[in-house]
Amino acid sequence: MENHYFQPEVECADRESLRALQSQRLREMIKRCYEKVPFYRKKLDEAGIKPEDIKSVDDIKRLPFTTKNDLRDNYPYGLFAVPREELIRIHASSGTTGNPTVVGYTRHDVDVWADGAARALAAAGCTTSDFVHVSYGYGLFTGGLGLHYGAEKLGAAVIPVSSGNTQRQVQILKDFGSNFLCCTPSYAAYIGETCRDMGVDTKEIALRGGIFGAEAWSEGMRENIEKLLNINAYDIYGLSEIAGPGVSYECPEKNGLHVCEDYFYPEIINPETGEVLPDGEYGELVFTCIGKEALPLIRYRTRDICALNHEKCACGRTLVRMAKPRGRTDDMLVIRGVNVFPSQIEFVLTGMGLEPNYVLVVDRAHNLDTLEVKVEMTPEMFSDSVKNIEAVERRMAAKLHTVLNISAKVTLVEPKSIARSEGKAQRIIDNRKI
Amino acid sequence: MIIKQLSIFVENKEGRLSEITQTLADNNVDIRALSIADTTDYGILRLIVNNPDAALSALKSEGMTVSLTDVIAIAVPDTPGGLNKAVKVLSEKNISIEYMYAFLNPRKDTAFVIMRVEDNERAIKALTDGGIRLMHNDEIYSL
Ligand SMILES: [Zn+2]
Repeated sequence: MENHYFQPEVECADRESLRALQSQRLREMIKRCYEKVPFYRKKLDEAGIKPEDIKSVDDIKRLPFTTKNDLRDNYPYGLFAVPREELIRIHASSGTTGNPTVVGYTRHDVDVWADGAARALAAAGCTTSDFVHVSYGYGLFTGGLGLHYGAEKLGAAVIPVSSGNTQRQVQILKDFGSNFLCCTPSYAAYIGETCRDMGVDTKEIALRGGIFGAEAWSEGMRENIEKLLNINAYDIYGLSEIAGPGVSYECPEKNGLHVCEDYFYPEIINPETGEVLPDGEYGELVFTCIGKEALPLIRYRTRDICALNHEKCACGRTLVRMAKPRGRTDDMLVIRGVNVFPSQIEFVLTGMGLEPNYVLVVDRAHNLDTLEVKVEMTPEMFSDSVKNIEAVERRMAAKLHTVLNISAKVTLVEPKSIARSEGKAQRIIDNRKI
Repeated sequence: MIIKQLSIFVENKEGRLSEITQTLADNNVDIRALSIADTTDYGILRLIVNNPDAALSALKSEGMTVSLTDVIAIAVPDTPGGLNKAVKVLSEKNISIEYMYAFLNPRKDTAFVIMRVEDNERAIKALTDGGIRLMHNDEIYSL
């Protein structure tokens, strides 16, 4: 597939000049935060950092972190760095607990965000002559307007359908000749199934690609959507605190998401110690909004578990790639000094064709952490011979070891003996007394 | 000649065995022979019953992991070397025995033994040729 770029001068820039640009933007940002946001002035003072101490992105590791709680504590506008007259947009993400987080944009910020979404669309092969069908919800949620502005900025024509009424979605896809679909991956699959149920042949529709985000999805789901709709499906990542969809995006290589690091500087940290981790190591994804005016967050902790890769991509882009997030830090366990995520266990089990019904039991014996993974026995695994069952356990333990980097004891338990609810409490039993 | 054995996955938890025997009793299933293969975490309960199909569906509907396994049963004289003869016949033909266990025996002169071998057909032929009496399934279910 031919490569399309929206801003090749940035997307394929040499790392040297990109770094210089980042350092310059960081210096300006820290100065502005110190002058305009009392919260950050206090934080930097407490850390004994003066704005002029921050000279390049190498110094970023000295800066304090910002958390979602900081946003909540300063609800709604406490962290804004511009006066009201410069704001042109407000979005918010619903809080499941406590206040929602409110974010603001200047004209420049909306433009920056649109760049990200436009880069994502171009990378997916979208051009000025295409029709972009946006089925994300429009509203306080950033999905709809994010892709809307991105498509306009690219010069494509937006069809702002918003979410809901799936039969009408299919009708519009077909009649209006939509070329690209933007929505959540689960909704894309649903639209695909509705097409099939309505007897709409995907050959009758002009759809070539889709940009799907706002929720985690697997490679299996990608294959399913691509088959159902006969398209190429691309992932897009974003969060309203940083901008919205378009913070990072997939290219045709479909091997990591290119981060718009000229605007959003990413780091991976050890969520326990705050230490910055090298490429390839999984930890918490942190962004510094070096290119934004209204809400320039310093080292914002996303709680997404991710890894970075600075190698040049086969698509020609030099922008760093982030892996698909593997889960949330809230679920992380530290066992024998190694970070373990329940999603890794799910990955192993589903990879073996099993339902991810498991419980992790962590304990400590002779000052050493132990990990036991209890998995429900299935008819396929069962045998009248102990030898065969032990072979299944060993195979599972070997796969877990490869993925987790620590050994785990696998125990098969009776079917339906593990609670089905999603809560962390039922998935993890930590018996360590620390 | 092929006997259906129930193989049941049992976690090492209090009360699990009695749940199984209760279910069988409630469904009028009589146990003819039983053995347990034990590990630290679980066991595999192996049962010979008078009505394996009824037992299978009753246990399954209780949500248990249970399957039917083909085994054979032999009758050997209850004298020194009785079992040895049968084992020798199989080992001479390189037929390995996964496990075996003795059968409840109402009479004194004969021992009944359940055998799980890797190849039932070959084992049946070898044992028959070797002069070992194999038991018919009706003979066992109706004991
Ligand atoms: Zn690429």
